[in-house]
Amino acid sequence: MSRRRHSDENDGAQPHKRRRTSEPMEIEDRLESLICRVGEKSTSSLESNLEGLAGVLEADLPNYKTKILRILCSVARMLPEKLTVYTTLVGLLNARNYNFGGEFVEAMIRQLKETLKSNLYTEALYLVRFLCDLVNCHVIAAPSMVAMFENFVSVTQEEDVPQVRCDWYVYTVLSSLPWVGKELYEKKDVEMDRLLGQIEVYLKGRQKTHVPMLQVWTAEKPHPQEEYLDCLWAQVQKLKKDRWQERHILRPYIAFDSVLCEALQHNLPPFTPPAHSHDAIYPMPRVVFRMFDYTDAPEGPVMPGSHSVERYVIEENLNCIIKSHWRERKTCAAQLLSYPGKSKIPLNYHIVEVIFGQLFQLPSPPHIDVMYTTLLIELCKLQPGSLPQVLAQATEMMYMRLDTMNTTCIDRFINWFSHHLSNFQFRWSWDDWADCLTVDLDKPKPKFVREVLEKSMRLSYHQRIVDIVPPSFSVLIPAEPIFQYKYGDESSSSLLAYPVTITVGNAIKNRASNEEILTVLRDVPNPNQEEDDDEGEGFNPLKIEVFLQTLLHLAAKSFSHSFSALAKFHEVLKTLSDSDEGKLDVLRVVYDVWRNHPQMISVLVDKMIRTQIVDCSAVANWIFSSNMAHDFTRFYVWEILHSTIRKMNKHVQKIQRELEEAKEKLEKQHHKKRDSGDEEDMEKLSGDEEGQLEEQIERLQEKVESAQSEQKNLFLVIFQRFIMLLTEHLVRCETSGMEFNTSWYKNCIERLQQIFLMHHVTIQQYMGTLENLLFTAELDHHILTVYQQFCALQL
Amino acid sequence: MSAKLSALFSDSYIDVSQYRDQHFKGNRVDQEKLLKQSCTLYVGNLSFYTTEEQVYELFSKSGDVKRIVIGLDKVKKTACGFCFVEYYTRVDAENAMRFINGTRLDDRIIRTDWDAGFKEGRQYGRGKSGGQVRDEYRQDYDPARGGYGKLTQLQRTSDGPRTF
Repeated sequence: MSRRRHSDENDGAQPHKRRRTSEPMEIEDRLESLICRVGEKSTSSLESNLEGLAGVLEADLPNYKTKILRILCSVARMLPEKLTVYTTLVGLLNARNYNFGGEFVEAMIRQLKETLKSNLYTEALYLVRFLCDLVNCHVIAAPSMVAMFENFVSVTQEEDVPQVRCDWYVYTVLSSLPWVGKELYEKKDVEMDRLLGQIEVYLKGRQKTHVPMLQVWTAEKPHPQEEYLDCLWAQVQKLKKDRWQERHILRPYIAFDSVLCEALQHNLPPFTPPAHSHDAIYPMPRVVFRMFDYTDAPEGPVMPGSHSVERYVIEENLNCIIKSHWRERKTCAAQLLSYPGKSKIPLNYHIVEVIFGQLFQLPSPPHIDVMYTTLLIELCKLQPGSLPQVLAQATEMMYMRLDTMNTTCIDRFINWFSHHLSNFQFRWSWDDWADCLTVDLDKPKPKFVREVLEKSMRLSYHQRIVDIVPPSFSVLIPAEPIFQYKYGDESSSSLLAYPVTITVGNAIKNRASNEEILTVLRDVPNPNQEEDDDEGEGFNPLKIEVFLQTLLHLAAKSFSHSFSALAKFHEVLKTLSDSDEGKLDVLRVVYDVWRNHPQMISVLVDKMIRTQIVDCSAVANWIFSSNMAHDFTRFYVWEILHSTIRKMNKHVQKIQRELEEAKEKLEKQHHKKRDSGDEEDMEKLSGDEEGQLEEQIERLQEKVESAQSEQKNLFLVIFQRFIMLLTEHLVRCETSGMEFNTSWYKNCIERLQQIFLMHHVTIQQYMGTLENLLFTAELDHHILTVYQQFCALQL
Repeated sequence: MSAKLSALFSDSYIDVSQYRDQHFKGNRVDQEKLLKQSCTLYVGNLSFYTTEEQVYELFSKSGDVKRIVIGLDKVKKTACGFCFVEYYTRVDAENAMRFINGTRLDDRIIRTDWDAGFKEGRQYGRGKSGGQVRDEYRQDYDPARGGYGKLTQLQRTSDGPRTF
């Protein structure tokens, strides 16, 4: 029953050593397995499994109490989807052993304090919910639970604390009510009413500036994207109106009522929420994602309404399952599909809704995007007769609502759909989407199809895309990704620099060195040159064009060829791109030659940043330059920008880590010195080392400061450019009386939002500068609103 | 304070497989260590026509790709159906093992496995005919991998045209 990690087989440990340590380990593994897998793969009922397990554990208590306590505490924290199974187990143990019940409650409170201190708010919430359900199992007395809730809600009275702090405490109380509302109301209805009254006042006074920034669709129909606390409040109100009758949650303890109500209950110790501190990171607010309602599931069980508490519980549980098993897609899919109570709900619809809810979550999904693609494929494999249809229905619905979908979410939709199709031979009923051909190509629907086809082409090849779409769609097919050489054909022989391109080309083919190339390039005529400037040292943009066009042309065969070329002539490129204008010109040439192969542009820009031929600010300036205005709304441009920002961020983090490590080393040195006996000797030896370390730390400190300055500058450039572009557009529209909310505008303002959302952690550091320099009160309110919504996310 | 519950939260997709490169220069302990730290993946069952660009696109979904080395037939120097993908970080490579391994590229289910690290020479197939060993002995017809396996091809030509 215990699972051997296979690495044990190779670890070369002595056989007898292994035998000695494995016995207690085996028993602990067995206990863990028994507890974690209770009820799985058993022909008997869950109740009889629990009864059996309670007996076994009771017998093991004398010898393994600590271990059992630890396992149960972990299970409470990490298996929230099986909450009621384990509260029942604890209930049974408490009925048999009152002291154990008391110790368990104490251990849970300790764990709650720890998780709150460590910013693990989601796990803390699961612990509170577990404690609540223990009221149902007669382990904890209802009045003491109500007292804890009262302390939680009193956080809303604190002054000068972030709204997100109060939000969490209120959310925790509300989200436990589906489980324990009935019991608490039966015992303490006056107090509970007062509590709910206080919560209502708090919710009415709450700031909700952040909501538009987090909504997947801006439209209210067909499903409003509600703020999460508002939605939960509505659900709790409805539950209260139904007199707390909740029928969805599986409650094994009901079968044991006669045993459990004989048990003695414990009182929760008074719990004071830890005070707010500056390094507390509370969960960000969110919006509830809904895309289905009861009209969408054609037959079978009805989908619970959007304000029903069942909907909340189902979504919570499915989200918890994904949180537990996201690393193992087969297990995750199997667990989702074996959700208890699935026969009463349209499970496939719930699963698809929850998965897309996570994928489209703003600022970012809880897990890496590609996980969701693979999970959906796994689910299709397990339910080939039903899930693919639901998925197709969902895709169709999301296509229909593209006009009001947030641009960041459209990006993720494009990536998901193209990757998904590539696993299913790109089979899709494209004709169903013929309506996208009847509108302007820059409108959301045709734009979406174009981007999907472009991404699909990257995963396959051009002819494949031509083959999979109907002929009417040919206007949406991406261009063939072919190199565009300026000096390539007969007509170019009249161009000024044409002869030099031949010379350069031959030099490269004959393996010339970097110096030789630079010498050849001196012959490039300089269009900027003054007549009497003999040196030819003035900045010459034609040099860059001649060299880079020719080089990239010769290396056009593959990514590897191009990378090799950049590496071989790194010196030349560094020399040519030495100025800001030089860097912009390099990027301009790359775009010119590869404008039909955006993927190649991306990888070349990436390589050039990493080899310092261009820097991040140059890339930002290039993207906002008038040359790129034509491609400004294309997906690949934003992928490049975000990738650039990420590289900058990783660079800063890397140097910061190096600095931390050097500081730690120095500290260790100091300790060694202090602790050693022979002081004189140690001083002699470590004096040098210390000196070196201190020097290193100084250098790294400078490096960190310079990197952070570069990072701040990058964001300033980006935000400045956005402000300029948007202001220009708004002013132009106002003076000419045109509608400002064009497709271009929607795209641009949402791309600005996207910068804030995708890099919010880094940007927080520079808020002061941003507010003082850029996002001032003089700004057009349309632009300023984006900034204010962003600030509201962590208030 | 709490147990890790390893019984429940396995992460088996990132486990090292049974395969060990027999040409690895070094002892078994070194090899295991490298495999556990590696940021490089071996990718197999590619079509001969799958390009570096396609591999980049797919594998970029789990993180920034540092380098791709397309596997080549030792004699023909053309792609022979495998490659190495190197990431900048281990985490990105792990996510590829979890979410890209076992999915399709160019309509074929590809397989990824940890690799101890690319060394010059490892980009060549080790089959007698120049391609991969698996293409020497397989008996099925796979148009994306040169048709029949090499041995089967030889048998077919030596047997002459069949008549029924």
